[in-house]
Amino acid sequence: MPESLFGEDVIVRTIARIVAPFIQLFGLYVLMHGHISPGGGFQAGVIIASSFILLALALGLPESKERFKKTIRLPMESSGPLIYASIGVTCILAGGYYLQYGMAFLFPPHVVSAILISAVEIGIGITVMAMIVTIFYSMAGD
Amino acid sequence: MKVIPSMLILLVGVMLAVAVTGMPEFGDPNAPANTHVVPYYKEHCLEETGVTEIVTAIVVSYRGYDTFGEVTVIFTAGTGVIALLGRK
Amino acid sequence: MIWGPDLFILAILVVLAIAAVISRDLLVATVIFSGYSLLMALAYVQLNSPDVGFTEAAVGAGVTTVLFILAISRTARMEEA
Repeated sequence: MPESLFGEDVIVRTIARIVAPFIQLFGLYVLMHGHISPGGGFQAGVIIASSFILLALALGLPESKERFKKTIRLPMESSGPLIYASIGVTCILAGGYYLQYGMAFLFPPHVVSAILISAVEIGIGITVMAMIVTIFYSMAGD
Repeated sequence: MKVIPSMLILLVGVMLAVAVTGMPEFGDPNAPANTHVVPYYKEHCLEETGVTEIVTAIVVSYRGYDTFGEVTVIFTAGTGVIALLGRK
Repeated sequence: MIWGPDLFILAILVVLAIAAVISRDLLVATVIFSGYSLLMALAYVQLNSPDVGFTEAAVGAGVTTVLFILAISRTARMEEA
């Protein structure tokens, strides 16, 4: 990535550093409210990933990688399909079909279903965020 | 040679504009999108899935296989980029 | 259905699409495409589908623009004649 794409402006650096946590907070809000308001795993993952892209554009690639290390990204990339598939298998073990969330297990069926849907959304969000950040780093790094 | 592509684009645009007039009205209760499975979802969404947002209920619960495929597509796309460009 | 805002958004969408196609500078075309995605998100929200509008605003106007700019920075900026 050519150095000219990175801003050296102190205003841009300061504003990006201040704004990035709020973008991540908004992404978490979208993720956790995915079952009662518009939003969900995909949107939240892209929003949180865009905060890291903003940090990379404003502060430079190494400083952004410092906040989202490779050792953390590697398990996060593959955890989404794993969470999804394991929840589906859990539904089979509870006596239903694959991905049939509404199984009575300690709680009434619709409560279990709501909890599992939230868990699936969180898994989707983790994978989308880590994958988009990784694609960005792979394309930007030299 | 720029005349033929422009004519083609114009032709396709006119055909699409004509096709749009055959679409149902916005919010028409008799439209096909509002008559097949959507009434069932609207009535049984909360009691079956425990989720008040119907879109999330459809995406994750009723059409869960599709969403599983989508996550797999994103995972595969990222794996392809990593394999091509290297992990940085 | 309110016709005024819809026609306004659709007219600007057509203008932006033509401008993005005929632009020789690919960076300019990318930025125009980002604005196109933002207006498209507005159109989706106007059609009562905030979920799709959300995705369009985040993916189309945000991530895709960055990836296009990265691709341009690794290749040529001007379109060859």
